[in-house]
Amino acid sequence: MIEVRWHGRGGQGAKTASHVLAVAYLKEDKSVQAFPEYGPERSGAPMLAYTRVDDRPIRRHCAVTQPDIVVVLDPSLTREVPVTSGLKAEGKLLLNVVADSEAEEAVRTYPGKVLGVTADQLAKEAGTRFPNVVLLGAYAGWVGAPSLDHLQEALIEVMGHLPAKAKDASVRAMAAGYAAGERGRADV
Amino acid sequence: MARTMQGFEVLTGGEATAHAMRQIRPDVVPIYPITPQTPIIQTFSRFVADGKVDTVLLQVESEHSAMSAAVGAALAGARTMTATASQGLALMVEVLYIAAGLRAPVVMAVGNRALSAPINIHGDHSDGMLARDSGAVQVFAENAQEAYDLMVMAPRIAEHPAVLLPVLVGQDGFSVTHSAENVALLRDEEVQDFVGSYEIPYPLLGDRPSSQGLFAMPDAYYEIKVRQIQALEAAEQVFADVARAYALRFGRHLGAVESYRMDGAERAIVLIGSTAGTAKDVVDELRERGERVGLVAVRLFRPFPHQALEDALATVGRVAVLDRAAAPGTLPPLFADIRAGYHGTAELRSYVYGLGGRDTAPEDIAKVYRDLQLPAHAGIRYLGLLGEDQHGES
Repeated sequence: MIEVRWHGRGGQGAKTASHVLAVAYLKEDKSVQAFPEYGPERSGAPMLAYTRVDDRPIRRHCAVTQPDIVVVLDPSLTREVPVTSGLKAEGKLLLNVVADSEAEEAVRTYPGKVLGVTADQLAKEAGTRFPNVVLLGAYAGWVGAPSLDHLQEALIEVMGHLPAKAKDASVRAMAAGYAAGERGRADV
Repeated sequence: MARTMQGFEVLTGGEATAHAMRQIRPDVVPIYPITPQTPIIQTFSRFVADGKVDTVLLQVESEHSAMSAAVGAALAGARTMTATASQGLALMVEVLYIAAGLRAPVVMAVGNRALSAPINIHGDHSDGMLARDSGAVQVFAENAQEAYDLMVMAPRIAEHPAVLLPVLVGQDGFSVTHSAENVALLRDEEVQDFVGSYEIPYPLLGDRPSSQGLFAMPDAYYEIKVRQIQALEAAEQVFADVARAYALRFGRHLGAVESYRMDGAERAIVLIGSTAGTAKDVVDELRERGERVGLVAVRLFRPFPHQALEDALATVGRVAVLDRAAAPGTLPPLFADIRAGYHGTAELRSYVYGLGGRDTAPEDIAKVYRDLQLPAHAGIRYLGLLGEDQHGES
């Protein structure tokens, strides 16, 4: 089982990202679970969401305490929230960074693999303000699954209610993230 | 929504329940929102607004009104459903007793949540236990798939001529209502065919009109009440029949209790709801190490399936009953029910867990199985309680 923890700020799309990833993995015949951690929700406040993926049916309904992969949607969160808490030492940490040095600074004690992606920048270039789609792409490119096709199909299904222009921008942003993730995989 | 070749979609328990309602096509659904039930009526309202189902949606000003409207609609002959949670169910309980007494077969989805105070939005079974003696049938789902399946089964149980009672379909707040997971929906026509059409046996209008909600003095009240009690007792067989029909038709059997790896088990846990899934993972791990442990998940809580529990626990040595609710001043509800009807030789121990959404991890479940190797404790243990030895007095 792979357990992923998403760190975001309310309104940034961490919950949506956790869901899109689950839908994409379902297309690869996995069992999935996606859920946010609910508290007093406020726009801009740190929040968490989770995705579980497994080849066997997922039965447990408990918190994710030792994730395999952590994705951080907001560059400033690494300074505020213990994003590597419980993260397995042999796991992966995927960060939205403004500059690569900042990512390394905030998490330099983490012994596992770390990849920083300039998700805000890549999102902006693709015509969206949401870094979640870039990081979803980067996740897949870095981890090696799910495929970009399945991820983009999942995105279009989950974002079905958005105008075509926004969907197109998100699909482009996801592809840019995927390329960045693949580069990260090649570097390791 | 995402469909794979096996027909799974990624849906929350709340969304899956709304799909069941859309497919059942109830005539009337009175609604009032409350977390963590809101996604059910929100999703269902969208289906109505999009023209995918032509239910009359009544937006009322409180849960008391929602349940009152549901009783009126049901007695007028409408197939009626609603949904609620926690304080909302508490507010409905007065009218839920009336629904049961008037034999109004209202089907209600419940996103089980702790009761105030302190105010809390997360899962436990306190709300369901408050409605325990209302006379309604009450079932609990382990996951989103079961929440869907039980909802599809519910109208046939509620509307059965021997039953004619409200049915509450519970799913744990957030851990099922808001957790998106693999769910296989049936086709719309399969659901409609399974549920069938409904005609109230005692219509208000027509050739043989009836009166409803009449005054009953000491010369009649008692007889009416006993018939109502017998109707709830009859629901056990009706539940079994509907579960069998569902299994034959769709391949998923949801019995009153589910025994998981109980063959040759020396130690067992009995519980209700979503933690059963977590416990199954723990049972598998311990079984791999050669430990003879098993699990019994209780789906049908009212009427209480005493014989099914008796059978499930026939050969086990020690049993921990885990309640996600308390009954202050006495033994917790599930434990009390099991102990009251159990004639076997197993030693029964009482635990309370997960109040107000406190996480119950696999390690907590493993701890209970370890405890069962030790001599018996007195009273109730509080699993996962911070900062003390988790012992309580009963």
